[in-house]
Amino acid sequence: MLFLKYIWLIPLLPAFGATVMFFFGRKLQKATVSAVCVGTILLAFIMACGAVRQYSAWSSTPENYHQPYQTILYTWLGTDTGHLNYNTHDGSPAPFQADAGFLLDPLSSIWLLFVTGVGLLIHIYSTGYMAHEGGYYRFFGYLNLFMFSMLTLILANNYVLLFVGWEGVGLCSYLLIGFYFHRKSASDAAAKAFIVNRIGDAGFLLGMFFIAWYFGSLRFTEVTNLAHSGRFIIGDPIITAATLLLFVGACGKSAQLPLYVWLPDAMEGPTPVSALIHAATMVTAGVYMVARSNALFVLAPTSMKTVAIVGALTAIFAASIGLVQNDIKRVLAYSTISQLGYMFLALGVGAFAAGVFHVFTHAFFKALLFLGAGSVIHSMSGEQDMRNMGDLGHRIPITHRTMFIATLAIAGIFPFAGFFSKDAILWETWSREGGAYRILWAVGYVTAFMTAFYMFRLMYLTFHGHPRMTHEVEHHIHESPMSMTAPLVALALCAVFAGFLGWPHSLGGSDRFTAFLEPVFAPEARVLQVEGRTRQLVAGVEEEHNTGTEWLLMALSLGAAGFGWGMAWRSYRHADKGYTEPIAAASPRAYNILLHKYYVDEGYDYVFTGRRKLGNVRLGVMGLGEASSWFDTHIIDGAVNAAGWITRLSATVSSWWDKWIIDGIGVNGPAILARMLSYPTRLLEWGLVQWYALVMTAGLVGFVFYYVYH
Amino acid sequence: MESMLHITTLHYLVLGAALFLLGVIGVLTRRNVVIVLMSIELILNAVNLNLVAFSRMWGGLHGQVFAIFVITDAAAEAAVGLGILIAFFRNKETVNVDEVNLLKW
Repeated sequence: MLFLKYIWLIPLLPAFGATVMFFFGRKLQKATVSAVCVGTILLAFIMACGAVRQYSAWSSTPENYHQPYQTILYTWLGTDTGHLNYNTHDGSPAPFQADAGFLLDPLSSIWLLFVTGVGLLIHIYSTGYMAHEGGYYRFFGYLNLFMFSMLTLILANNYVLLFVGWEGVGLCSYLLIGFYFHRKSASDAAAKAFIVNRIGDAGFLLGMFFIAWYFGSLRFTEVTNLAHSGRFIIGDPIITAATLLLFVGACGKSAQLPLYVWLPDAMEGPTPVSALIHAATMVTAGVYMVARSNALFVLAPTSMKTVAIVGALTAIFAASIGLVQNDIKRVLAYSTISQLGYMFLALGVGAFAAGVFHVFTHAFFKALLFLGAGSVIHSMSGEQDMRNMGDLGHRIPITHRTMFIATLAIAGIFPFAGFFSKDAILWETWSREGGAYRILWAVGYVTAFMTAFYMFRLMYLTFHGHPRMTHEVEHHIHESPMSMTAPLVALALCAVFAGFLGWPHSLGGSDRFTAFLEPVFAPEARVLQVEGRTRQLVAGVEEEHNTGTEWLLMALSLGAAGFGWGMAWRSYRHADKGYTEPIAAASPRAYNILLHKYYVDEGYDYVFTGRRKLGNVRLGVMGLGEASSWFDTHIIDGAVNAAGWITRLSATVSSWWDKWIIDGIGVNGPAILARMLSYPTRLLEWGLVQWYALVMTAGLVGFVFYYVYH
Repeated sequence: MESMLHITTLHYLVLGAALFLLGVIGVLTRRNVVIVLMSIELILNAVNLNLVAFSRMWGGLHGQVFAIFVITDAAAEAAVGLGILIAFFRNKETVNVDEVNLLKW
């Protein structure tokens, strides 16, 4: 039980790598950087395998049967002394407490395995892909930091620690999208991803507060047990609000409508980053969080419906944009959004295991597609536009073959991985709740067709047809080094075989994947069954457990995939310079709308960011800024200026009063009066001493005369 | 005739009055400060003459003692006056009293 006991080491290993890169990376040789960073992930992967193995042994013992394994290192936030209590909704005190605690159950096991596994392969791939780039150590430091955050997110045993990982992966996503920060488009895209994710995170935080307030705990096990306890009715409004808010967070992180806009722009980052963060792992964090909160979601049918509808709409919306994009990475980005939509569709209809299964298979084939695209870009000297590619098939054969396998997998061709997971989702959507979701099934079905079309379009435009690149680029085309092709091959094997884990019962399999996840989702399945049955009773229909229908649906979706493949084959097989897009030929208008991504970015620029003006009015954040600025200059500053003006006016009056009334009449007045009065007196003083003497003598003589003759 | 030769107090008083008058006229009319000072001496000595005359008339010594005081005072006054005169001349290069008219409005 060593690995299980020290499970907290798994996230800390990449954290160690990131720390080393942060402090010493600049001085290290590239080989050392690779050794440290790939080494930590390799160790983490080995430990993860060991831990999962030990967990399955541990959880099959009778006393721990189907229990999640939990280890709490210490209380990280709050205290357990009871001094830091808050009141829950019914007034009872609950301690505010978040542990640095780790939880391993089948759900986190799956994420743990594919995150470390795919992460390891992508780290190896990056040593080849980034070999000639500057900032090598920085790149690997960020990647390791990302792995740390992602593993924290997966292994957390409470919502708060999960949120730490959640924000950590957001930060690393920001750093890695903006890796080429001297390019303005890259730094803009990084900021966009960060800001859009913040909107979702706000929802997540609020949802978390609701849970803390309503359940009095943020630990997954406690919340789940309370939700199972039967104290809460199905459709509880607070739980509905909480789950809807959590789903807002998931929408941001997992790029669902309407917050998906950051993901296509995130392709500005280096391609391994797109593969690891924006396809295989980070963007599935939303799915993980919803699946983790499944006990809450099943208590809120409204939220479940919202998740399903948003997922289905996102799936078809993104797939339709992907039909006409020309940037190889953007096609894959929209494909990722679309596949994430599938996952949420599955979660929303209550097929949690199918959703998680799709996450699992998608991680392999989408990582493979992105790494293959990276290999193509590498060989094309940085060219990403498929219009300038073509006929690469025999020049980079390993890339071509592995990507072809991935394409078969994502298109849902039997027996590749995507077939099983996608069909599980479509079948569950069709059959759940007596067919209430069949409209969504139709949406998913059309999406499956679109997926096949755009993926084979990508394949034919890139690897077949006529070469459309310049001679200089053509001259440099070469297959990528071993460090890049080896991960491709490994992922291709996974893309072939991963699906076999979920081989459905209807085809004679045992669906071990669902069975593995059963401890997590079984109670919810019961709740949903009860709920569904009552509804069926009301509607008067009986659920059909018809293997024949399932086969029919499989055949139908295979047909859709084949049809999409065929259309792409017909349109792009011989693509030469100036080839025609079939959609553009059919309806230039529709093509234009799709090419401009339904003008969503423009719309957001008008309404939310305000970078564009609607007539003369600027809306959104910048509009708010302008309005605030106007308010500031006119109202606030106006008030300030008015106060100043009044002060100056009163000062003028006061100074006039002082000068003319106080000084004039009060002070100078008496002085002037005295001066005027002194004038006659002063006339007597004319300055000749002898005259004074004469006057004196005369006065004396006058006195004498007066006394003598008196 | 004998009575005519007999010098009485009245004679002294007349002489004193004449001297005093001369002195006053000198002080009021002459422009030279030296002359003015000399005229003041005349006035003082006219007073002295009166004092001595009355002293003789009454047969007492008080008047004569007073006269000696007045002489002392005159000497002191002459010293101060001449001192002022020299300071004045140094500043104005004149000894004319009508050119000293600073003390006016």
